[in-house]
Amino acid sequence: MPTLTIQSDLCKGCGLCVDVCPKKVLGFDPSSLNAKGYRPASVLAPDACVACAFCARMCPDCCITVER
Amino acid sequence: MSIVFSKPLSLTDNVLTYCPGCTHGIIHRLVAEAIDDLGVQSQTIGVAPVGCAVFAYNFFAVDMLQAAHGRAPAVATGVKRVHPDKIVFTYQGDGDLASIGMAEIMHAAARGEKITTIFVNNAIYGMTGGQMAPTTLVGQVTTTSPYGRSEELTGKPIRVSEIISQLDGTAYAARVSAHDPKHVMEAKKAIRKAFETQRGGAGFSMVEVLSTCPTNWGMTPIEALKWVATDMVPYYPLGVYKDLSKGAA
Repeated sequence: MPTLTIQSDLCKGCGLCVDVCPKKVLGFDPSSLNAKGYRPASVLAPDACVACAFCARMCPDCCITVER
Repeated sequence: MSIVFSKPLSLTDNVLTYCPGCTHGIIHRLVAEAIDDLGVQSQTIGVAPVGCAVFAYNFFAVDMLQAAHGRAPAVATGVKRVHPDKIVFTYQGDGDLASIGMAEIMHAAARGEKITTIFVNNAIYGMTGGQMAPTTLVGQVTTTSPYGRSEELTGKPIRVSEIISQLDGTAYAARVSAHDPKHVMEAKKAIRKAFETQRGGAGFSMVEVLSTCPTNWGMTPIEALKWVATDMVPYYPLGVYKDLSKGAA
């Protein structure tokens, strides 16, 4: 099963990964904030991931690792 | 489990200092991936510009220098002539390359220096606070063109790839964009091709990457990507403008 790992401390919450995900796997968890005060992207629907890696390719901060 | 996508080895673990959603980070990664793909991490020397990418030496895990404003191609010329067996690249923004550094880039290309330039065009001066650049689109609002860039007063934006491709010393010139995954993949191919062109010794190579500046454009990161597609790409057509490398037509 595909696994997405987000390094939340590097994420700046720009949302490019959330916007580009064709399967709506990623989103923002209103209760989460990182050390820099950004709201990091979270994996909200891990079962829907197809490991296309669009999120990782669009992530400007290189904080997503995709495994399958 | 096999890794489908992870951070390239040629990027350090330092946190990028760019604003949220700035595509500089994507372009850094593409350059690092190209270096990894060619297996030249230990033989690569980069030259950082003045501008938002001034700290590029903290982010690339290769030998790096930082040049005076606009002078990266001149510094890279010296490095390459002393170390002809190394891969030498400059990483420059549009304020650095197309304004104060226009002479250096033109003459480096005209001399056919065997270096690669990654030209990040986001149509504005980012680091200094969003002033009008030579690449700012007509009508675009910046802090120094608050009513929109006037063609009557300041002319039209400079299309650098087209000019560079006209010079005989240029072996490879392409314009790509980083606004969606498809174009990011194309950008990666072009950057890799530019490094291969340098390694083949054919001459000067440059890849212009259309980039965003959500902070100074006054847009969200997602709006900024859409603006690249709807406003920048029509004025700055994507494609390969010149390819004299071996195997190319």
